Amino acid sequence: MADDFILSDAGTGALLLDVAKLGAFDERRQARLLALADSLAGTEGIDDVVPGMNNLMVAFDPLAIGAGEIEHRLVEGWRAAVATGETGRLHAIAVIYGGPDLQDLAAGLGLSVEEVVGRHSGVPYRVAAIGAMPGFPYLSGLDPRLATPRRAVPRQGVPKGAVIVGGGQAGIMPITAPSGWHILGHTDFELFDPHRQAPATLRPGDTVRFIMAGVEG
Amino acid sequence: MIEILSSGALNSVQDRGRRGLLSSGVSRSGAMDSVALDAANALIGNERDAAAIEVAAFPFRLRFEVATTVAVTGAIAEARLAGRRLPPWWATEVQAGDELVIDPPTRGARVYVAVGGGVDVPLLLGARATDLKSGYGGHEGRGLKRGDRLALGPRPSGRLPACGIGALPPPGRSDASGPLRVLPAAEWSDFSEEASHLFVSVGWLVTAEADRQGCRFDGPELERERRHELLSHGIVPGTVQVPPSGRPIVQLAEANTCGGYPKIATVIEPDLWRLGQAMPGDELRFAVVSRDEALAALREAAEWLDRLRAETALYRVS
Repeated sequence: MADDFILSDAGTGALLLDVAKLGAFDERRQARLLALADSLAGTEGIDDVVPGMNNLMVAFDPLAIGAGEIEHRLVEGWRAAVATGETGRLHAIAVIYGGPDLQDLAAGLGLSVEEVVGRHSGVPYRVAAIGAMPGFPYLSGLDPRLATPRRAVPRQGVPKGAVIVGGGQAGIMPITAPSGWHILGHTDFELFDPHRQAPATLRPGDTVRFIMAGVEG
Repeated sequence: MIEILSSGALNSVQDRGRRGLLSSGVSRSGAMDSVALDAANALIGNERDAAAIEVAAFPFRLRFEVATTVAVTGAIAEARLAGRRLPPWWATEVQAGDELVIDPPTRGARVYVAVGGGVDVPLLLGARATDLKSGYGGHEGRGLKRGDRLALGPRPSGRLPACGIGALPPPGRSDASGPLRVLPAAEWSDFSEEASHLFVSVGWLVTAEADRQGCRFDGPELERERRHELLSHGIVPGTVQVPPSGRPIVQLAEANTCGGYPKIATVIEPDLWRLGQAMPGDELRFAVVSRDEALAALREAAEWLDRLRAETALYRVS
């Protein structure tokens, strides 16, 4: 069987295992990757185990552990990885829908605002990965009817708490920062606290549900 | 305590940065020129993970409220302690009340000021580094400003010789045009042969979009032949991305922890200081090396620091 992954160097101290198939996100492969990530965390010489979307980056101290050793663990680990089937912790996140993009997004998709809200809040999401910004969750499970290309020009300051969608993904802004995703509403849910030992509130593998707490014009 | 008398928002408390939290979206942060930071701490016998001040806005002035030691390394800039000029990469004893003034560099971008015992800001997520982009760590999560007073850790034992001591910067440091050594990264082979040839053969101009998050270059467009969409993936400082403009960006200390642009290469860790010292308009080159060559460079850098720490210890007398 041909290998179903690509392994590449990310400098002297990191390797990237990519198991994506031509850009399409696969939920089952992600569950296997998260199991692999768990099995590698805490290994002597490994600094960071970073799940992405159908990929996994491992950062290590190359003077303490060889890249070849990490490669071996990644390849063998991926072949053996089995999704645990665990759904993680469940987070109910109250959202006030509204904001600058909701109406335009609905119109562009040929849906009413109520339909967009219903489809966005009606399904469970899986936290696929945390990253880019402190505590930012990449959420998979967005209703395909809500998939829409990112904005051609990113906004400079998308506010903290903005509930957003971009491409086939959903997310929530943990801090005010630039983003090209579309804003559907906002939440007070805190995603990040640097004073906690585990600063990100959500973890890969967790389940998120958005609860409709109101719609603003 | 030390008191900041004159500063800009780009000056911040930095150490070797955070490890182990990329999967929470926490950037490494830390000194942009970690070689200079390490040397400054070595000169005055500080712990390796002691925090210092990264100075990127000039003139910078501070006053020492206590007698201690200071080391000034990094960019070549005129520094005066109590009116006396300090040679570059130099450390000396300080009297209570002394003022340190650092003028704009004549070469390089960032000066490091280490003080005996290190800057004692609270440890946050395993480090004292300021994450300026996200606003946490360091001194109140922000750059230093006039009137800020910073506590110092317990000063290491031993006094420096009356004239002070200096460090010879590591080999290669004096060659400003020395290349950024890179290892090919995931999308290296997606680029046309012409593009990968251009990447390593032309000089790339540092644009004004160069900060602690990353450095954007100007030059010819690098064409990617295979244009498949990438899913978001973890990245490390040093990642050379090629966005749709075709001009490379090197991600640095405060880079986002995940990205989606194609990665042509990664600048090896021992060369990242060059980007910390690059100024808009500077021309830099990339050179591909093998894994073994990169590892040898990493070892060489580690050995240089070990040697400096051992040598400077000989000059500190109790």
